[in-house]
Amino acid sequence: MTPPTNRLAERLLFCATAVSAVTVLAIFGFLLWFSLPVFHGEALASLLSWQWRPLRGEFGILPMLAGSLCLSVSAMLLAYPLALGICCFVHGAGPVRAARPLVIAVRFMTSVPTVVYGLVSVFLLVPLIRNAFSGSGFSWLAAGLVLAVLIIPTIVLVIDGQFRQVQSGLGLTGVALGLAPIQQLLRLTVPLSARGLGVAAALGFGRAIGDTLIPLMLAGNAARPPHSLLDPMRTLTSHIALVVATDSQSLVYGSLFACGVVLFLISLLVNLALRGLRAGHD
Amino acid sequence: MKQMMKRVAVCWAVPLACCFMLMGTALAGELDAFAGLKGKIDIAGGTAHIPVMNDAAKRIMQANPGIRITVAAGGSGVGVQKVGEGLVDIGNTGRPLSDEEIAKYGLKSYAFAIDGVAAVVHPKNPVGNLTATQVQEIFAGKITNWKAVGGRDAAIHLFTRDEASGTREVFWEKLLKKGTIVDSANVVASNGAMKSALAGDPDALGYVSIGHIDETIKAPTLDGVAPTQDNARSGKYPIVRKLYMNTKGEAQGLTGAFIKYILGPEGKQMTAAAGYLPL
Repeated sequence: MTPPTNRLAERLLFCATAVSAVTVLAIFGFLLWFSLPVFHGEALASLLSWQWRPLRGEFGILPMLAGSLCLSVSAMLLAYPLALGICCFVHGAGPVRAARPLVIAVRFMTSVPTVVYGLVSVFLLVPLIRNAFSGSGFSWLAAGLVLAVLIIPTIVLVIDGQFRQVQSGLGLTGVALGLAPIQQLLRLTVPLSARGLGVAAALGFGRAIGDTLIPLMLAGNAARPPHSLLDPMRTLTSHIALVVATDSQSLVYGSLFACGVVLFLISLLVNLALRGLRAGHD
Repeated sequence: MKQMMKRVAVCWAVPLACCFMLMGTALAGELDAFAGLKGKIDIAGGTAHIPVMNDAAKRIMQANPGIRITVAAGGSGVGVQKVGEGLVDIGNTGRPLSDEEIAKYGLKSYAFAIDGVAAVVHPKNPVGNLTATQVQEIFAGKITNWKAVGGRDAAIHLFTRDEASGTREVFWEKLLKKGTIVDSANVVASNGAMKSALAGDPDALGYVSIGHIDETIKAPTLDGVAPTQDNARSGKYPIVRKLYMNTKGEAQGLTGAFIKYILGPEGKQMTAAAGYLPL
């Protein structure tokens, strides 16, 4: 027989879980409902094209999808190895004295508002890219670099947590086996942290593909797929932010909800893939 | 504790004293219309309107602390939508409402100013004049180097606005003659963002409402005509539009008083000070 307070807590927690689950489902249903008008026949064909010219009735969102994927994948390619490196440095590869300040610095980075990164980059990074290379500076490169900086703390904190957990159980064993800290890190901690490494990747990617302000402020927002790192590009998120302003009756509006559905599906896919990975691993 | 109370009292006394002083000077005249009124006006929409709206809001709130006025950006499309859905009291647009918009929401428009839209460049750009055809060809992607229009040998960095922008609409209709805007152009979300993008890039070309032109950007003459308020007034500069405030149904009460104030002599003064032609 569980005491009544426990039962109450259980019920409260169940309610909280149910509310969040229902909210997510409701959002998805809402997105689907509003994008229904564009999910048939001609409208769908127009949606899945490479031309965004709303005044001519062309609502292709593929350039934005390509932009979102290019940007978030490139940011991940940059941020993930860096974040993993930081975690390895903190957990045995680097001097112990430097570890704590580094973690504190990364924690601090999580508290910097996105718009600050965006604003600083508009005045510092964009002119730098413009002068060093060609183009206006508002580009895939600018947004990718800043986005990488933005998602590093997310990835670091998840991996760091996992490393800590693994090491707390293994520390003594490792020392008893005569392993140097770096050996312990590479032979035991990293291989045993596969799950945390996967979760960190999924969270980092989710953050990267979901971010709106950085691409809106830095990527130049040209509605076509980028041909080079110096080209402007538009992501699904900044597309929604830019276009939300238009008339609520048109297909333009419906196409925005389709963008929302696509974003939702991408994060769903990433999460499912992660589950698959985990199941395979176990 | 006592000391803290004292400090708090001083903290309050200074701004309050300032308020009363300002009230004394501002209460005279048209702001009397707001005496005794209380409540909140929410304004959103066109970004060209913002300097005038902010100025008016500041004066009204100083004269009457019982009134709160918020001014948000968003662009003409947002203005229509928000006022139509009843989310704000006044939705600003830099273009006339379409028949569908009026029919759907029952909106009433109040035009208060004429504004021009001008092609603008960085102040260090040597190009002093552009013809309408040159601007059209640049935006269509046919001319891509400043050298072709008398500038230095450098690629033109093109900036435009999103499709919901009233500034874009008038520029596209009246200057580009509904021609293409090349899809590699950078897109920015407001007149302000356009200005800061152009102010930082010596090879940029974009367009802003004339009211936003200051020393950080330069407007070359268009077919020899300078895009100034005087030329817009005389009709010599043709790329002009009206600025509208829109309300759901006839404007009443506090919102009605606000619109009357903007359309009155003091509002006209502020409109002119912001760089527009009052109507």
